[in-house]
Amino acid sequence: MPPIISVNRVGKTYASGHEALKDVDLDIQRGEIFALLGPNGAGKTTLISIVCGIVKASRGTIRVDGHDIVRDYRAARSAIGLVPQELHTDAFETVMATLKFSRGLFGKRPDPALIERLLRDLALWDKRDAKIMTLSGGMKRRVMIAKALSHEPAILFLDEPSAGVDVELRHGMWQMVRRLRESGTTIILTTHYIEEAEQMADRIGVMRKGELILVEETRALMRTLGKRQLTLSLAQPLDELPAALAGLPLALSDDRRSLVYRFDAHADGAGIAGLLARLGEHGIAWKDLATEESSLEDIFVDLVHGERA
Amino acid sequence: MNLHAIRAIYRFEMARTFRTITQSIASPVLSTSLYFIVFGAAIGSRMGEIDGVDYGAFIIPGLLMLSLLSESISNASFGIYMPKWAGTIYELLSAPVSWLEAVIGYVGAAATKSLMLGALILVTARVFVPYEIAHPLWMVGFLVLTAVTFSLFGFVIGLWADDFQKLQVIPLMVVTPLTFLGGAFYSIDMLPPFWQKVTLLNPVVYLISGFRWSFHGVADVHIGVATGMTLGFLALCLGFVWWVFRSGWKLRN
Repeated sequence: MPPIISVNRVGKTYASGHEALKDVDLDIQRGEIFALLGPNGAGKTTLISIVCGIVKASRGTIRVDGHDIVRDYRAARSAIGLVPQELHTDAFETVMATLKFSRGLFGKRPDPALIERLLRDLALWDKRDAKIMTLSGGMKRRVMIAKALSHEPAILFLDEPSAGVDVELRHGMWQMVRRLRESGTTIILTTHYIEEAEQMADRIGVMRKGELILVEETRALMRTLGKRQLTLSLAQPLDELPAALAGLPLALSDDRRSLVYRFDAHADGAGIAGLLARLGEHGIAWKDLATEESSLEDIFVDLVHGERA
Repeated sequence: MNLHAIRAIYRFEMARTFRTITQSIASPVLSTSLYFIVFGAAIGSRMGEIDGVDYGAFIIPGLLMLSLLSESISNASFGIYMPKWAGTIYELLSAPVSWLEAVIGYVGAAATKSLMLGALILVTARVFVPYEIAHPLWMVGFLVLTAVTFSLFGFVIGLWADDFQKLQVIPLMVVTPLTFLGGAFYSIDMLPPFWQKVTLLNPVVYLISGFRWSFHGVADVHIGVATGMTLGFLALCLGFVWWVFRSGWKLRN
């Protein structure tokens, strides 16, 4: 199946000379949740803005659902809903009026039943006649999501959707995103919450300084780049590691009562059984063990600092 | 043509007008009424006729044009500047809306507001000053053309402005002085010969003169020249808006 979004060598250089995007290539598959990670200034919002038509690319081409975003902009933009990072709302408008406006802007005839379902799904029905300026930050965020969905887009961009929202609302938003995916909507999100990407995304892309340095399935990323750590509580404190074990990624804790072994789960010769056997050969007894797996956050930090790229 | 989008923009802008009815309509009607009271009824009664027209009636086209120009510019420039300022412009830019559809929506609403205002001023003027309209169809046509052209000019200012000061500087520092010096309160025949020639460089002279001809059948310049100049300015503004949307200047960067 052809990708729903195809980004081909897209670059953006601002008039100041700042190169915000450096020839990015990216395919987004239909129906997936794709998370774009990267530190501030990495180029995530610039990339999204170009795909949505808000910013002009300096070079390269983008196709959305088979349509070139410049030559066939109407068809391309009709397929996209965007929830921007900032809470840009028409403060004096009512919730209902702003949703009707958004739907009309995207060329759709009025559909009161759809608008009601959206508002009910996002717990905004009771606020339909309230002016947006009277809503809380979380409600405004939901209004923006409702606006983005009001023309039933096939693709939804969520730029930092859970920035500044409380935990309960964030989890509610995750549920909504999963429901949208189940209904066939393709979702591209940027986030600073690594946990969010780890739990929700099918694939992850990591950007650094305008470049897309990695695109990988979330599970595969965790498998291939994830590191594990084994901590052994020793039966007796150890003065120092035997010289024969010095070549291993093994460290003695400051209190000399435990050993910490860091390893790539899939690297050759990383077996725990082998380690334990060698400890036994040197008379080192242990009474307990615990393993930990590195999180996506650890991987992300390593990637953006260039340790794994 | 995305008619739903045009309707959405138009309704959104008109809703803004009715939310701020005092500022949008009542305030300009009141200030223009004061002009009629002071210059028409009070001072005008002591002035002679100009070009065979009673002074109170003579200034109606100029005063109407004064309000029409400033309100058309103000309505349209705020209409497009506010989304830029508030950040909600992202929705227009990411929507399947062409430059022409955006213009029809925003400029159409701004021109509608100006025409409502113009009609109210005409009715209000009748309370203070008796007048006849010699060419009513020309008057309506010229009113619509001017409202659309200067709403489009306001749209251009709103696209160009990146702060509130820029939004105000052209209407206050350029358009208002040109209107006052464009024969709103006098005929340019009353000026010394040198200044008559200089005044012809002022584009507002042609607007007021054309509009005055539709009221009183007398004008400083021919109605055809006035209409041609206005249409030329309209085309210039349209060309600029097309270029802004095509290049993304101050919009998509």
